[in-house]
Amino acid sequence: MIWRFGLYDNTFDPLWMTDWALAAVLLLPMVFGALGAVFRPSRLLPVALACLPILLAGGVMVLDYQQVGLLRWQWEVAGIELTLRLSGLSALMLLITQWTAAAVAVYTPGYLRLTLPNASVRWLWPLMGLLVSALSLIWLAADLLILYAALESMGLAAVGMLLLSGKSAALQAGMRYLLLALVGSLAFLLGVALLMSQWGTLDLIALEARVEPEPLTWVAAALIGAGLALKAALFPLHGWLTPVHENAWTPVSALHAALVIKASLYILMMLWGILLPETLFAPRLVAWLGMLAIVWGGLVAWRADSLKTLIASSTVGQLGYLMVAFPLVLGPNIAPLPLSLAWDGFWLHLMGHALAKAAMFMAAGNLIIATGESSLKALAGTSRRLPLSLLIFGMAAVTLMGLPPSAGFTAKWLLLQSMVLTQQWLAVAALLAGTLLTAAYVFRVFRYSFDETAPRHDYQPLAPGMDAVALCLAVAAFALGLLAHFPLGLLHGGGA
Amino acid sequence: MNAAWLPLTTLATSLFAAVIIFSLPEEARRVRTYINLLAAVAKILLVIVMVGRVSEGYEDTFSFQIVGGVDFVLRADALGVMFAGLSSLLWLCTTIYAIGYLEGAANRKRFFGFFSLCVTSTLGIALSGNLFTFLIFYEMLTLSTYPLVVHAGSAKALAAGRVYLRYTLTAGVVLLLGVVLLYSLTNDHSFASEQGLSPYLDDHRGLLTLIFALLVGGLAVKAAMVPLHGWLPRAMVAPAPVSALLHAVAVVKAGAFGILRVIYDLYGIELSVELGVTTVLAVAASITIIYGSLRAIAQEELKPRLAFSTISQVSYVVLGVSLFGPFGTIGALAHLLHQGLMKVTLFFCAGNYAEELGIHRLDEMDGAGKRMPLTSLAFTVGALGMIGLPPTAGFITKWYLGMGAIEADMYWVVAVLVASSTLNAIYFLPIVHRLWFREGPAHGKGQWPKEQSLGRLETHGWLLWPAVLTAVISIGAGLLAGLPFSPLDWATRVAVGEYLP
Repeated sequence: MIWRFGLYDNTFDPLWMTDWALAAVLLLPMVFGALGAVFRPSRLLPVALACLPILLAGGVMVLDYQQVGLLRWQWEVAGIELTLRLSGLSALMLLITQWTAAAVAVYTPGYLRLTLPNASVRWLWPLMGLLVSALSLIWLAADLLILYAALESMGLAAVGMLLLSGKSAALQAGMRYLLLALVGSLAFLLGVALLMSQWGTLDLIALEARVEPEPLTWVAAALIGAGLALKAALFPLHGWLTPVHENAWTPVSALHAALVIKASLYILMMLWGILLPETLFAPRLVAWLGMLAIVWGGLVAWRADSLKTLIASSTVGQLGYLMVAFPLVLGPNIAPLPLSLAWDGFWLHLMGHALAKAAMFMAAGNLIIATGESSLKALAGTSRRLPLSLLIFGMAAVTLMGLPPSAGFTAKWLLLQSMVLTQQWLAVAALLAGTLLTAAYVFRVFRYSFDETAPRHDYQPLAPGMDAVALCLAVAAFALGLLAHFPLGLLHGGGA
Repeated sequence: MNAAWLPLTTLATSLFAAVIIFSLPEEARRVRTYINLLAAVAKILLVIVMVGRVSEGYEDTFSFQIVGGVDFVLRADALGVMFAGLSSLLWLCTTIYAIGYLEGAANRKRFFGFFSLCVTSTLGIALSGNLFTFLIFYEMLTLSTYPLVVHAGSAKALAAGRVYLRYTLTAGVVLLLGVVLLYSLTNDHSFASEQGLSPYLDDHRGLLTLIFALLVGGLAVKAAMVPLHGWLPRAMVAPAPVSALLHAVAVVKAGAFGILRVIYDLYGIELSVELGVTTVLAVAASITIIYGSLRAIAQEELKPRLAFSTISQVSYVVLGVSLFGPFGTIGALAHLLHQGLMKVTLFFCAGNYAEELGIHRLDEMDGAGKRMPLTSLAFTVGALGMIGLPPTAGFITKWYLGMGAIEADMYWVVAVLVASSTLNAIYFLPIVHRLWFREGPAHGKGQWPKEQSLGRLETHGWLLWPAVLTAVISIGAGLLAGLPFSPLDWATRVAVGEYLP
């Protein structure tokens, strides 16, 4: 299991160019973020130019991984060994993070110009840079210290961004999120401390070799699990998610739902793979909660009155799909074929959801800007005036529903096949019911929009590129579904 | 030599048309019309090339891997090309009709964009080379028809759209489950495989039956088999060209075609008989045929009557499939084409009456034959075809279905055929009688509900000619059934291929 995360000794030294690419991937987002605070770009072009070198650096890293194999960097700082490694999974996550974040960044200037936000806007860029750097570090980290540091900086950057909109409701929701995130961090830290004291190492490979199934490990795993579940808004610890998204700026919501919560999930999967190999109960519990999450998230989204609540609740349900896959990936006695199917399906769903959710938030943001209201009722009659935004919303929704030809469908296919092979019929039922529930709340939106009897009113025109960026993400989610073979090839070890 | 580009290009023509139409502004009416017609004609030409290739014995295949063990396959085989030919021919007619029908209406860009997507999906269904690819296009069809069904944007249309989605999405989930189960059992199973699923019979009899039930159950919703037909009459609120396309090729036929694929190319006819599922299917189809006809008689309005008639007629295809033997197969395949031609004619005519004279109810149709002779002639041809009178195309299929029933020793099916033809006559002949032999507003008695003079002819030319064209083709398909490349000839070719591999 653990080799799938690239945690084994058979590594290669990176090429010199990869070292520079690594530095660029980790540092450039922060540098450009700081520059953004100074220059406050109001046009799309400078932002796109700033994204370019970062994307190139990411591309170089992926290419080197494909040519060389599993890469490792190691430093010793003040007696502590710090390790980074680039596996196929890290490379894939890195790409998704960079491209989604770049799309969000390109979307942002237009959004800010139209919504005329308050003075705190200058903080958005540095926080976004920090967030991207922290995320990249999480995908690459191979020891608990770096992992913890990156998780913390990511969490703080996320809280900061969510608070920016300055509304009192946003402050309230943001403070609650901050508090819960801190509780989550404390639980995580406590778990790490327990592990450190017992097994005397922070390096993940060493830990994997030394750790033994005993109560202390289980306590640590439970603490880490609870902390990360809280940060990842896994059901039933998702209560903070909706109010936070309700009041945040659209690009912030998009980044948060697409990437931030996924990072916690990634760490959870990796650490449980180390601490609880071949266990029955913990992954099973997560899967049960996941089934509830699918139903609950779907029902809440179905009843939602506001567009952003709907999308946020849909995230809860979509995470449920991933939770249901936990026992297939972590559980004992899973044959190689269903395990590999579930593994592919898990990450494909995670990536597809990241792209589609970002696209959906942007499309919804565009609709909200154009109509001036965030309720579903305000959408009445929009199909005539805002067809493109609605089309993008629909394409993103196809991915969320898991209908072809989208990444959501291919992922669901893989998960279903794995579940059928392991005869988990309840999980199959949950997945299929999730499709119908998702369709129910998505088409509620369209029912409002197709209403031709609604009164006309004037719509705010959108800035150039705002729809185009969202469209690119939605199309990418489609392409990921049809061409899933290539990213999944990277996942299977690529060069190594 | 494998021309992989051929099925792909054929699929891409209408997909590109959709993308271009979506990117054009709403006002670009003329460009949109050109794009629509150009793509439709190009598609027909490509399908003709495919027909030529298939009759030379090639099966052009395009495929790539989606994930391990699952491929995306487009293959131009005889059965697929048959359905592709129907959909591309009727797409051209319906596009011309729709351009005339929606003149001056709102949201035409959305309409034609999704219309093209809908045809793309239908063609994809026709050319799918395995069940996974079929599923992709089948679900795409559901999604792309929803905006067409709710096009009017009225409360009634939105409610109909909701019902439509409830039925079709649930069916899609059932189908997905069946497909996943099948793939878990057999891995990727191409439609072109000679073997069928018989190697799995001994060990997995129950599972095979279950999968069959799931697959056909999912497909039967779109094929509107009783009791899964509830969405179809409600979906009548859609504009006339949409109804025409939905009933003649797109949705209803996609379901019937899927059942054909499952029985002929997936399970194999021998295995289906061995499992005993064909008898169940024949009974279900017979019930649907009779029930649909009975409900059609009870309808007071023209479009609902046609809708229930569709429910009844499409099940002829399913009935023919479930008769073991080449004649039943020929009847089923030929009916797939013939019913499409005749039904599309009837819906065009119904739309013409509604547009030109405001006629929706049957009792308003008195004497309309004098006011709109060509439309009424076309309608009469369609109606007589539905009843199955010679020399129309409908006669041919009923003849072959009857022969198939006798060949399979299922005499009760003959009784069903006779009963349903009688019922068809009961609900179609009075309309024909009203059109030609009753006196109405055209003779100076009363007036039409809402008369508009849309053109120099009896109605707008774009509305009239497609109806006349499809009526002529459906007579031609009956009269010239013996010629090569007629629907019957092609159906025979497919059936021979199935039974004499």
